[in-house]
Amino acid sequence: MTSYLIRNAQILGGPAQDVLIADGVIQQIGADLVADAEVEIDATGLIALPGLVDLHTHLREPGREDAETVLTGTQAAAMGGYTAVHAMANTFPVADTAGVVEQVWRLGKESGYCDVQPVGAVTVGLEGKKLAELGAMHESAAGVRVFSDDGKCVDDAVIMRRALEYVKAFDGVVAQHAQEPRLTEGAQMNEGRVSGELGLGGWPAVAEEAIIARDVLLAAHVGSRLHVCHVSTAGSVEIIRWAKAKGWNVTAEVTPHHLLLTDELVRSYDPAYKVNPPLRTAEDVQALRKALADGTIDAVATDHAPHPAEDKDCEWAVAAMGMVGLETALSVVQQAMVDTGLLNWEAVADRMSHRPARIGRLTGQGRPVSVGEPANLVLFDPAYRGTVNPESFATRSRNTPYKGLDLPGRVHATFLRGRATVLAGALVEPGEPA
Amino acid sequence: MRHLVSAADLSRDDALLILDTAEELAQLSGRAVKKLPTLRGRTVVNLFFEDSTRTKTSFEVAEKRLSADVINFAAKGSSVSKGESLKDTALTLQAMGADAVVIRHHASGAPARLAQSDWLHGSVINAGDGTHEHPTQALLDAFTMRRHLNPGLGNDLAGRRITIVGDVLHSRVARSNVLLLNTLGAEVTFVAPPTLLPIGIENWPCEVSYDLDATLAKTDALMMLRVQRERMNAAFFPTEREYSRRYGMHGGRLAKLPEHAIVMHPGPMVRGMEITAEVADSPRCTAVEQVANGVSIRMAVLYLLLGGATASDTNSTNTSEAAK
Ligand SMILES: [Zn+2]
Repeated sequence: MTSYLIRNAQILGGPAQDVLIADGVIQQIGADLVADAEVEIDATGLIALPGLVDLHTHLREPGREDAETVLTGTQAAAMGGYTAVHAMANTFPVADTAGVVEQVWRLGKESGYCDVQPVGAVTVGLEGKKLAELGAMHESAAGVRVFSDDGKCVDDAVIMRRALEYVKAFDGVVAQHAQEPRLTEGAQMNEGRVSGELGLGGWPAVAEEAIIARDVLLAAHVGSRLHVCHVSTAGSVEIIRWAKAKGWNVTAEVTPHHLLLTDELVRSYDPAYKVNPPLRTAEDVQALRKALADGTIDAVATDHAPHPAEDKDCEWAVAAMGMVGLETALSVVQQAMVDTGLLNWEAVADRMSHRPARIGRLTGQGRPVSVGEPANLVLFDPAYRGTVNPESFATRSRNTPYKGLDLPGRVHATFLRGRATVLAGALVEPGEPA
Repeated sequence: MRHLVSAADLSRDDALLILDTAEELAQLSGRAVKKLPTLRGRTVVNLFFEDSTRTKTSFEVAEKRLSADVINFAAKGSSVSKGESLKDTALTLQAMGADAVVIRHHASGAPARLAQSDWLHGSVINAGDGTHEHPTQALLDAFTMRRHLNPGLGNDLAGRRITIVGDVLHSRVARSNVLLLNTLGAEVTFVAPPTLLPIGIENWPCEVSYDLDATLAKTDALMMLRVQRERMNAAFFPTEREYSRRYGMHGGRLAKLPEHAIVMHPGPMVRGMEITAEVADSPRCTAVEQVANGVSIRMAVLYLLLGGATASDTNSTNTSEAAK
């Protein structure tokens, strides 16, 4: 295995040091290391962060390989600085059996770009009616710990209660897509001033908040772990803050796009901005940023949702919901959180690596950048300025809301257990000499 | 101006130019030969994804009176559930050399998307999109109001009080009207049960009332909106009878309006529930007149978008040429 000597990297934004990587492990950290390494990287001006962990990725395989495959999705993840992603269960077939989660897990292993941890469906076919074989998925080679019907809300209170109770047996967590279905019938964007003017069906904040309120109470009642997916409103933040103050075992994530974009953008009727949950107001964005900064929201999760052009190059009403996000996440977080002074890079590592790994119970990921640890690392250049060009993406889809936008920062290199998956901003093929 | 997608696209000068042009073109309908050669050789496509005999006929008459080549493209029945259909249809029309596309679509924003896309190079005229807008309807309503309340070329509706009653939430007519009427200086009041008013209406340039009777005495034009019967099943209001009692227009309410006030309806009217026959057939109800005015307005819009002059050329355009 290739050994690397990284010169002058700022570790977690601290002072510049050298890092020696060999045999998949961080061997030495210090100033002016004297070591024999096959590859030396000048990391002057670059920040070293632990490899990022995404709790919420849609890899689309099996079933929608025209949008993404495990291979292209993990390549995009590596390009974004990720070393582990949780693959959501809403594939075709749905990942609701041991067989499907194992298939996804194996495809991830074969890709070699990024660890793929499958998320198991909570209910059979995501239908919300009957619990899937949660235990079998946990016992499979994939070792599933996170269960979600993402894309759909587990809206039946009894099913949700049972799922929360059942996964306690193997320290699982239910990740809820909070969307009250009746209140969001025909919903196409955030309900508010803009939806009223555009005549688009409104997705009210209360449809998210009501489910979160119910679920934190259920989780407290049965003493289980709840994770709230893609929190998008100021009211949701308040409920989570209250639940945490009670000492309940509730965690939450926010997407990069909900930290940066507002529903005003929908005035263009450009389906690039169509996403679920929808883009909210500037006040919501401010509340989400504050909650991520103070730790009420635990993690940034991409909700990377690739769609082929034909599902987006159409009128708003029929366009698919979702946006790609793996390759832009760290830049958006820098813009929304770091450059605004709300988070330092250590906190970014906490919200994008340590905490998501802990929520997913990934033992080998989200580790500190220190000697003896697995060498899962990203070298990031925060001084870089560039225009987002979707044509250069590794993901198979191009549905980004940032096209043509200037975003700060760029991933220079990513290491997965000591192997470079990205070097000088370009993918490195497994087995290719670096 | 190349497209007419929203009433917000129109400045006061644009709007008055359209109204004045329509006034001149209206004289044409009284003649034996009702045709002008203005759009000879130009192709106008009526692209209707949603049934609307009235609007489609109105546009078609307007197009034919201006001698345009008219293509009716009914997309109804084709698979519109798949997103490609609008784009593919647009590419087809582009290949056929459409100079203008008059589009009616069940989805809000479809005309805006068409106007912004590179699928089509001709002008896009919104003939009603979902619950968003219907700008030519707003123009014909304003035209009708001006004729009754402040007749004369160049006149606007400054200070006139317009009350719009009914299902504002689902009404593209209401959205376009509030924008245009504001541009023309009128004061708009919406009257509806709270369930049929959109969230955020407090930011709109209008007043809101839940009480029809309280607004009647200070109304110059009362515009009734259609209420679809299926709204009742979705619990927007309890029963037709209750709706009709609180928000329906009847003879008693007609008597409370000022003498000069008119009652407008975009049609088709649901007699009984939202308007009684007594009001609908009264000489103060302009529903039929609105239909005639619709043709003049649509001729004016097509003429100004396609006939060489553009609305942004403002008042300097010699519109009398149109009426030669
Ligand atoms: Zn979701």
